[in-house]
Amino acid sequence: MFDFSLITEWINNALGTVFPGWLVTTIECLMIGVGLLLVYALLALFYIYYERKLCAAFQCRLGPDRVGPWGLLQSFADMFKMLIKELITLNHVDKFLFALAPYLVIIASMLAFAVLPWGNGLQIIDFNIGIFFLIAVSSIGVLGILLAGWSSNNKFTLIGALRSGAQMVSYELSIGLSVLTMVVFAGTMSVGGIVEAQSNLWFIFSGHIPAIIAFIIYLIAGTAETNRGPFDLPEAESELTAGYHTEYSGIHFGFFYLAEYLNLFIVSGTAALLFFGGWMPLHIPGWEAFNHIMDFIPGVFWFIGKAILLSFIIIWFKWTYPRLRIDQLLSLEWKYLLPINLVNLVIMVLIVVYGIHL
Amino acid sequence: MANIQDKIAHLFPEATFEEGEILLINIPAGKLHELAQTLRDDNELAFDFLVTIVGMDWGDRLGCIYYLTSTKNNIHVSVKTSVEDRDKPAIPSVADLWKIAGIFEREVYDFYGIIFLGNPDMRRLFLSIDWKGYPLRKDYDMSSDQNPVSIENERQSDFTTVYERNDKGEIVSREERVFQEDDFVVNIGPQHPATHGVLRFRTAVDGETIQKIDVYCGYIHRGVEKLCENLQYPQTLHFMDRLDYFSAHNYHHGLCLCIEKAAGIEISRRAQVIRVMMDELSRIASHCLFIGTFCMDLGATTMLFYTLRVREQILDIMEKTCGARMTFNYDCIGGVMQDLDKDFCKDVKELLAVLPKNIAEYNKLFTGNVITKNRMEGVGVLTREDAISWSVTGPSGRASGWSCDVRKTDPYSIYSELDFDEVTATEGDSMARFKCRVEEMVQSARILEQLVDNIPEGEYCVKVPKMLKLPVGHWFQLVEGCRGAFGIYIESDGSAKPYRLKIVPPCLPLAAVVDHLTRGQKIADLITIGGSLDYIVPDIDR
Repeated sequence: MFDFSLITEWINNALGTVFPGWLVTTIECLMIGVGLLLVYALLALFYIYYERKLCAAFQCRLGPDRVGPWGLLQSFADMFKMLIKELITLNHVDKFLFALAPYLVIIASMLAFAVLPWGNGLQIIDFNIGIFFLIAVSSIGVLGILLAGWSSNNKFTLIGALRSGAQMVSYELSIGLSVLTMVVFAGTMSVGGIVEAQSNLWFIFSGHIPAIIAFIIYLIAGTAETNRGPFDLPEAESELTAGYHTEYSGIHFGFFYLAEYLNLFIVSGTAALLFFGGWMPLHIPGWEAFNHIMDFIPGVFWFIGKAILLSFIIIWFKWTYPRLRIDQLLSLEWKYLLPINLVNLVIMVLIVVYGIHL
Repeated sequence: MANIQDKIAHLFPEATFEEGEILLINIPAGKLHELAQTLRDDNELAFDFLVTIVGMDWGDRLGCIYYLTSTKNNIHVSVKTSVEDRDKPAIPSVADLWKIAGIFEREVYDFYGIIFLGNPDMRRLFLSIDWKGYPLRKDYDMSSDQNPVSIENERQSDFTTVYERNDKGEIVSREERVFQEDDFVVNIGPQHPATHGVLRFRTAVDGETIQKIDVYCGYIHRGVEKLCENLQYPQTLHFMDRLDYFSAHNYHHGLCLCIEKAAGIEISRRAQVIRVMMDELSRIASHCLFIGTFCMDLGATTMLFYTLRVREQILDIMEKTCGARMTFNYDCIGGVMQDLDKDFCKDVKELLAVLPKNIAEYNKLFTGNVITKNRMEGVGVLTREDAISWSVTGPSGRASGWSCDVRKTDPYSIYSELDFDEVTATEGDSMARFKCRVEEMVQSARILEQLVDNIPEGEYCVKVPKMLKLPVGHWFQLVEGCRGAFGIYIESDGSAKPYRLKIVPPCLPLAAVVDHLTRGQKIADLITIGGSLDYIVPDIDR
């Protein structure tokens, strides 16, 4: 398996021979920042195209096919349109908070990128509480949504924001607990550690039934966390026109839009990390030749591929199911997912304690 | 009929009677409420369904004609009352007897300025609050100086007026609040994805729970009834496809039937079969669109495309024969405009072949889904009594267990010869309304199957005089539109233009009942309930 840390080490050493230490750090930070933004923007554009094509396929349509080959440039055209659109300033809004909200949302999703395991050694920061950090920063997003809804001075956005608040606070529990289940299984909170622990077999296979239950719950809660159908109540277009971002235009709306798709990627990426080995190739104990062949596929492809496949499931949900009602949404979480999750956690602990896993 | 007349004559000696296809009881305004109460509450009579209230201006007198139906005995009666006073005409309200009467009376008040004493909400229904004059009165000043196009925001009031007669017999008014001062009122509409057009619900909410809804209509009011009074009979037909644009054929059919009945025109069998086939094709197309948009309201966008696939096929059939995909002007007095396209039968058979598969697919994808069931079952339950009292006809009424299909209760055209079932359910919730419509598509397909190979030869349109004049008199005709019972009332003074043409839209009661159904429910339920009632705004507003 190719180790990307060789390249990063080499860059670090090369810079170290020319520049003093503080400048090396600054340059590296800048490089990472630019790289991150680039990946972020490209992924968002890809996801927009991906969802549009997928939903078109579900709906017996073609989807975008006019701009560029197979409509590939459609997202770029859309982004360009979004960039040059006027930012409409509204009367009677809290201007500062109104402008701040989209940045909060997008910063939250960008921060989460820092700990995703893109490939072997290709991780911006790998520290002992990586997964905890991920959960923490992804919760900042709801603050942006609440602010957006409240500062717009519109009744629809307010209802959307309140729904969002109730939803996020509830489903954060499920996400946290299902992540905790897997952390118990891995025995570490470090993202690198979790991936390493799956080098023989992915957790979804080795973790018995609790891992599968945790995965299903994670997927449901993750869909809710990203405000996607059937849990898209905060922006239920047939009820609240566009929910919390009704009043936004231009790139501010674009930020919400991008963040939604990037959150989709983060949720699927985290699921890939926790249950499908992150960047780790598919290894089956005993099949040495097979494992060896799998190792030739670079980890970046494994990770992004897994994330995109998991996103497919979430997109599939959205274009199949009708939307839940707010009370049904909350009772699903508090009456079903949460108790199941707690029991599941106990079972997982027992499995780990007695060592009855693969 | 005779024993009703005897009974009423016995109880109300001041009443006079006009025999006709429907018995007409003339009653002085003072006795109206008493008569209405007797008609509704008497066990033998039991006129529990108020079809419509027709406002009238006879020049010297202003008044109303109430069309009543007994759902138990399936008989009709009409009650006429009038007053001479033109400055402040007042008639007692029957809003306490039939719930829908409150809305019907507001419509009459809006157009004729007749005050209904005791109506709890005497505001205009369609026209703006500052409108001057009452447009359907014959002496209404139509010049544009009277009501210039407003360039300012429309005034809106949270108050309504109630008129009552005090002990001395004088009419007194008092103001009442529509919404309380601390109500959190959200405007759902007029521009909103779920109102299916420009309808506006002023919704008082407590968190997510709805406390009260005030329906605002009239955003696309075009004054069709007034326009018709200045047009010849064949010209009035062209408005019918602008009401409920999905029931264009059915509505044309209704008006044609009414005019043909009045003029004594017999149409050919071929034309009758063609009309019925077009009606049923419209019904399938309309219900397809209902399923699609309703699912989209609930968030299941994909269903829309599946249902539109079938609807496209029907529109293609229509296009070949009628030359249009919407606003069909196909039925005309004496038959239909053109003969059928040569591919018609082949296309209909193709449609009938794919329809069952598609319906099975809809049920598989949507109806059985657990989220769907949670969202729809038990939501917006309308009891049979309420359905009748609110005049909720069509599939929505039948879902509450009320057999109100005009094709069965008062068969017109060739429906009495056809073999089909009236679809009813007992639950009365959104799911029942949804399922009723799906099942009605199957029944419509059955009708088409019986007819597609039996279209008789013959002329498609009989000769009708160019200048069609109806004799003096009045006629009423009900047909089954896609959304409920659609009625036409024509009063003729013997000229080539109708003296009064009243359209009875099935969708007005559907919109009016939303408040009753949504109280205490969630905002999301408003969308479910509104979607499942399936009202069309141009039909409400006319």
